[in-house]
Amino acid sequence: MGLFDRHAGLLEAYRDVRTTGYDPFQIRMERVLSPTKAIINGRETLLVGTNNYFGLTFDPSCMEAAIEAIRAEGTGTTGSRIANGSYSEHVALEKEIAEFYGKKHCMVFTTGYQANLGVIATLAGQGDFLLIDADSHASIYDACKMTQAEVVRFKHNDPTSLEARLRRLGDKPGNRVVVLEGIYSMLGDSAPLREFVDVCKKYGAYVLIDEAHSLGALGEHGRGLCEKAGVLDDCHFIVGTFSKTLGAIGGYCVSDDPDFDILRVTVRSYMFTASLPPSIVASVRQALRVVKARPELRTQLWDNVATLYDGLKAQGFTLGPEHGPVVGVHLPDRMTAIGFWRAMLDAGIYVNVAVPPATPNGVSLLRCSLCAVHTKEQLDHMVEVMTGIGRQFGVLPDKQLRAAGAR
Amino acid sequence: MRTAHQLTVENDGIADTLTLTRGISRAEVISEICAHLEPYQTGEKPITGETVIAKDLTIDSLAIMDMVMELEDRFDVSIPMSVIAEIHTVDQLADTIRDLRTQA
Repeated sequence: MGLFDRHAGLLEAYRDVRTTGYDPFQIRMERVLSPTKAIINGRETLLVGTNNYFGLTFDPSCMEAAIEAIRAEGTGTTGSRIANGSYSEHVALEKEIAEFYGKKHCMVFTTGYQANLGVIATLAGQGDFLLIDADSHASIYDACKMTQAEVVRFKHNDPTSLEARLRRLGDKPGNRVVVLEGIYSMLGDSAPLREFVDVCKKYGAYVLIDEAHSLGALGEHGRGLCEKAGVLDDCHFIVGTFSKTLGAIGGYCVSDDPDFDILRVTVRSYMFTASLPPSIVASVRQALRVVKARPELRTQLWDNVATLYDGLKAQGFTLGPEHGPVVGVHLPDRMTAIGFWRAMLDAGIYVNVAVPPATPNGVSLLRCSLCAVHTKEQLDHMVEVMTGIGRQFGVLPDKQLRAAGAR
Repeated sequence: MRTAHQLTVENDGIADTLTLTRGISRAEVISEICAHLEPYQTGEKPITGETVIAKDLTIDSLAIMDMVMELEDRFDVSIPMSVIAEIHTVDQLADTIRDLRTQA
């Protein structure tokens, strides 16, 4: 058996995808012009699929901070925090994120993926129980492969399903760690966090919540779902990323646990990878200041969510269950999704296409993510373009049928 | 006190005897699993205890895990992911569910 034979099924599916002409998983951004525009295939394209929720990738103050940091401290750290030491900026960033949440401790990781992978796999060990939402991100699933704990999935966003699983554990010894996400990355839906927290309290379970897609977007100060639901103190561990709202790369975990710092010498994804370069740390620190200073960006983001979500809904598209910075558009099957995606790209609009096995329940989706600096005109135009393609693909009823039906 | 019924199943192993106390027969578990797997059947070949779930049917790994979640709630057991990974056939899945029920 050849090394790649086991991927035969996937190779075939991938070949099908590429018959559409473009490979959606190897798109080339020939030149990125702004948080909302890039040149793709030689044409200026509207970006509505880059998780750039506040549009901070081109924020002048964040860019200047990064440039200054490179001049002052160089391009990289060339090693991990435990080997090469922490720069003052790493320590300052950790202090600022801890303060942002009102938590005592913070650890910064090189990516959000590594934060979830390392923290989750380490917190729940031999004899413990890890309970995860069925629609968890790949980083959480990968943590489950590394942990020595027993892992059980519960139904997506279903506190009753979690409760049944905690109840079944009875009085077995071992810690219970429950992993949730603030906003789920495929359909943009939020966890019923308060209900989940109540169940966790009842059974003495620890709560870890990943606010990757909700940092900035949710809560009065943008702390995420834990703030919006009023349960910040009940979330024992909050994980997040710098790669979305904060416009750079990196991950973090905050906690009030007095022994939290032991993770610095136990979490392998922290110990054995190079730490964030000074420029990233500097731009993230500045981005966090911008998030605190400019709450109007959050308002703009949600206004844009409403424009796109309500606009598509009114045209008859099937969407994720609620408004969210991610708007998932359901399409009947993989090939329709890919054809639709390509037609949008040809019309100058970039979104993500998400197909099984990367999606829950085998659905095929166009995954749109909004940016605070999208204009209403851009989004109205997008709804118009998608409606046209939707009719052409038979996903929406065509105009005449609609009119006839309305009579 | 033993009933004749329990004596007859005792040969199948202790698990059967104990399982009866929670009122679910092996046939019942298998029939429930088969009902979940039916949509993934290929051709004329019936689904039996020996059916290899991930190989003989068109079900993918994620759908298997989702089916397991349904079975967990139906039979009030939790099957750890590491255990699911070791299960290949319908029989093995049924036995796992029955074993977990007796432990509960």
